[in-house]
Amino acid sequence: MKVLSRLITRAFALLACVLCAGPVSSQQPPIKIGFGMALSGGLAGGGKAALLTYQIWQEEINARGGLLGRKVEFVYYDDQSNPATVPGVYSKLMDIDKVDVIISGYGTVPIVAAMPVVMGRKKTFLAFYALDANAQFKYDRYFTMQPSGPNPQSEFSVGYFELAAALTPKPQTVAIVGADAEFGQIAMAGAREHAKKHGFKIVYDQSYPPATVDFTSIVRSIKVLNPDLVYISSYPPDTAGMLRATYEVGLTAKMIGGGMVGLQFAALKQQFGYQLNNVVCYDYYAPEPTMKFPGVDDFLVKYRARAAAAGVDVLGLYIPPFAYAQMQILEETVKAVGGVDDAKMADYLHKTTFKTIVGDIKFGQYGEWETARIITVQYQDIKGNDVQQFKESGKQVILHPANYKSGDLKVPFTPTKQ
Amino acid sequence: MLVNPELLFNALLTGLLLGGFYSAVSVGITIAFGMLDIVNIAHPAFIILGSFVAFYLNSTFGIDPLVASLIAAPPAFLVGRLLYKMYYYAFERHGEESLQGLAFFFGVLFIVEVGLLLVFGVDYRFVEADYIRKTIALGYVSLPLRLVVPLIAGLAMVAVIYVFTSRTFLGRAILAVSQDPGALRLVGGNPVRVKEIAFGLSIATAVLAGALLIIIQPVEPSLGREYIGRVFAICVLGGMTSLGGTVLASIILGIAEALTATFVGPSWAPAVAFGLLIFTLGARPEGIFGR
Repeated sequence: MKVLSRLITRAFALLACVLCAGPVSSQQPPIKIGFGMALSGGLAGGGKAALLTYQIWQEEINARGGLLGRKVEFVYYDDQSNPATVPGVYSKLMDIDKVDVIISGYGTVPIVAAMPVVMGRKKTFLAFYALDANAQFKYDRYFTMQPSGPNPQSEFSVGYFELAAALTPKPQTVAIVGADAEFGQIAMAGAREHAKKHGFKIVYDQSYPPATVDFTSIVRSIKVLNPDLVYISSYPPDTAGMLRATYEVGLTAKMIGGGMVGLQFAALKQQFGYQLNNVVCYDYYAPEPTMKFPGVDDFLVKYRARAAAAGVDVLGLYIPPFAYAQMQILEETVKAVGGVDDAKMADYLHKTTFKTIVGDIKFGQYGEWETARIITVQYQDIKGNDVQQFKESGKQVILHPANYKSGDLKVPFTPTKQ
Repeated sequence: MLVNPELLFNALLTGLLLGGFYSAVSVGITIAFGMLDIVNIAHPAFIILGSFVAFYLNSTFGIDPLVASLIAAPPAFLVGRLLYKMYYYAFERHGEESLQGLAFFFGVLFIVEVGLLLVFGVDYRFVEADYIRKTIALGYVSLPLRLVVPLIAGLAMVAVIYVFTSRTFLGRAILAVSQDPGALRLVGGNPVRVKEIAFGLSIATAVLAGALLIIIQPVEPSLGREYIGRVFAICVLGGMTSLGGTVLASIILGIAEALTATFVGPSWAPAVAFGLLIFTLGARPEGIFGR
């Protein structure tokens, strides 16, 4: 009887130990990661894709036992693609929600709007895509996933113009046209800089206002000048308008494209299909053999399985890999510094080369990538309008930089028939 | 400096084509704002709703966007009537339609926009039709059918509304309510019911115009906000209540934009177009066809 009693006592003691041991980790408060994200408005296409990617990472990390043994929770608000809402969102995240870590939403304008609030609290700010957002602030705890390098204005169009300069015979004239908005203006300024450097005469240099409905007038004005090169920095609806007008007016040139936002997304790829052949454009990632980084294919399989149901870009080549890399960097940083101390995190972010699914990333002094990695691609061998073909290599051939090059430039651009 | 005749003719034609489309998107505002005195700031959101209905019917059933818009117009008419009833009972009946009514339509705008986001997601959407990729070439003039079709459809829509308002009893009642609701009541008409029908018509035109928009360019749920200034400017320039004025103002704005984009620079296009509006209103405050 005594033996049985001792056994029962020990069993209860053991059970008590197990029960007590379990909740130790689960009773730790979660690590709260806060951000504003464009879930409506003009930037929502990118914002929702980034959010889905964050959620994929969150599920993975929590399944692995959390970050530092703590569950990861997201606190996020829709910034409506409106910079006016952003300071309020970040004040609430830091002062009321008391998040441990803040990251940014998608897009230059919301990120710039968040900067003063973030800087006021001395928070480390691992931002997503923003073109030269820290140029004025020079904030030493800012980091961006946009691979524009330390001189984003120049880097954005360097590939396009270096490729053009290498053509034989060398092009003489260039038309530059872009959206009258922050990104468009920065990209156009860079294009002018390169045109001057390579000795191209600028024969057309105009920006167009937001909500421009028809682009045929612009394209006709360019066609009359017969430039060798046409550099376009446009937003998605304008990209569609410019391409349609190019076909309608019959504009030809040695190279057309450059900074056309929208071609990176499945919707425009599918719509234009074969009409993209020989268009040259910037990009950040292309499924070419030279960019097969470890883990990227596995991630894209997971993302694509959920993309259609989430109503986001079904290819996920432009934003999701970099959003996932952002969370990989955050994960490594928090683990390495053993907490969420902003000064320690910023210090670690500055000194580390991160291994991610988009390759190695090292941040420079003001948070831009130490070395730019904007790629220049050319659409080649596109048949019909099937979006699935863009998952294959050989469709978005990388022309620049040399270390990622997967094919050769084809000239000229002529509107092709199906 | 000699003007390139090719550029000039093409710019004039492009302006005309744009004008036809602008008149389609603005005619609903002329009815709601000009005739009924309802500041329906949500009108562009209904245009985008029409674009998405056309997209859905086109991508799911292969229905031509123009036919899709005709299918969507009757339900849109009923939605418009319902919306007016809500507006009337909540605000207009109490004489609180000015500020509260404006806030109400702001709310409607966001509800429509977020509803589209939830249902269709955030991607840009396109429609497919044979004419979208075709261009008619006449010498050095080229006419993209994606602009020609909206011109014809837009002008046809305005013509039908013109005939309706000038030749039918109900149409004349709408014109009467825009001038003197009290007088209409004295002759046995019900201004509330007439306004309800007219507002339904306004929303139906927005949905029809949405199909024309998605033929011209890709759309996403928040795109409508960019049209708010333009449609109200056309309505005011045309003289508020005049359908002919709306068409003329649309064509003037379209041609001004196209000529400026071609010969001066596209960034000047809105400045010239709205400068024209200010100049016209300075010379003729009631608008081109205003009384």
